[in-house]
Amino acid sequence: MSGITLHHNRDDLHGITVVVDGASGRTYVGRWHERQERGVVMKDAAILEPGEDRESWLLKLARFGIPPEHRMLIVPSEEFRTVRRF
Amino acid sequence: MPYPELMIKPMREEVTRLGVQELKTVDDVDSALASADGTAFVFVNSMCGCAAGGARPALAKALASTGKKPARLYTVFAGQELEATARVRSYLGEYQPSSPSAALLKDGEVVAFIHRHQIEGRSPDQIASAMVAAFEEHC
Repeated sequence: MSGITLHHNRDDLHGITVVVDGASGRTYVGRWHERQERGVVMKDAAILEPGEDRESWLLKLARFGIPPEHRMLIVPSEEFRTVRRF
Repeated sequence: MPYPELMIKPMREEVTRLGVQELKTVDDVDSALASADGTAFVFVNSMCGCAAGGARPALAKALASTGKKPARLYTVFAGQELEATARVRSYLGEYQPSSPSAALLKDGEVVAFIHRHQIEGRSPDQIASAMVAAFEEHC
């Protein structure tokens, strides 16, 4: 069963942990699920509010993992700015 | 919600045939991990083909490629044995849950952790290298 995915019709980032930068200054880290018309759906995501220490937060997440503060969230299209792999 | 057992049986067997003991109950977990002595490796298996499809063969490669191995090898299936998985995570301190993932414990402390985000999109060889590095440093 190695390498077999049960997910169909998903984009390349599906299931990948990403960092999304928001227009508000928020940073979102979690698994990319899909992009919809209304925004990006992420799973098991954590959010950093603007003004907090982003680099330290990302380092902590890299070491200890991403706290699943939000089992699912939608980053609205107008909030979405950039995405990169975590 | 757990998947039908028929679907995941091959994924369980891909790990257990390596000699890795599967932990299916809370009692199994406590029996395995409550004793803190020595090294124990816990592989958190997952249905997700995006990442676990690389992690399982990586485990096989890692175990085959080094003489320095953990004293005890365990696996739990996230999303299937919910209580056992939660119990395993209770032994992993501040490390956040993800699956697939893997933890190496030494004398009861997590000394290495491979998160899902370190597995996604990587080849089995790359993932195996991370496992072997942890084995060779701590075992």
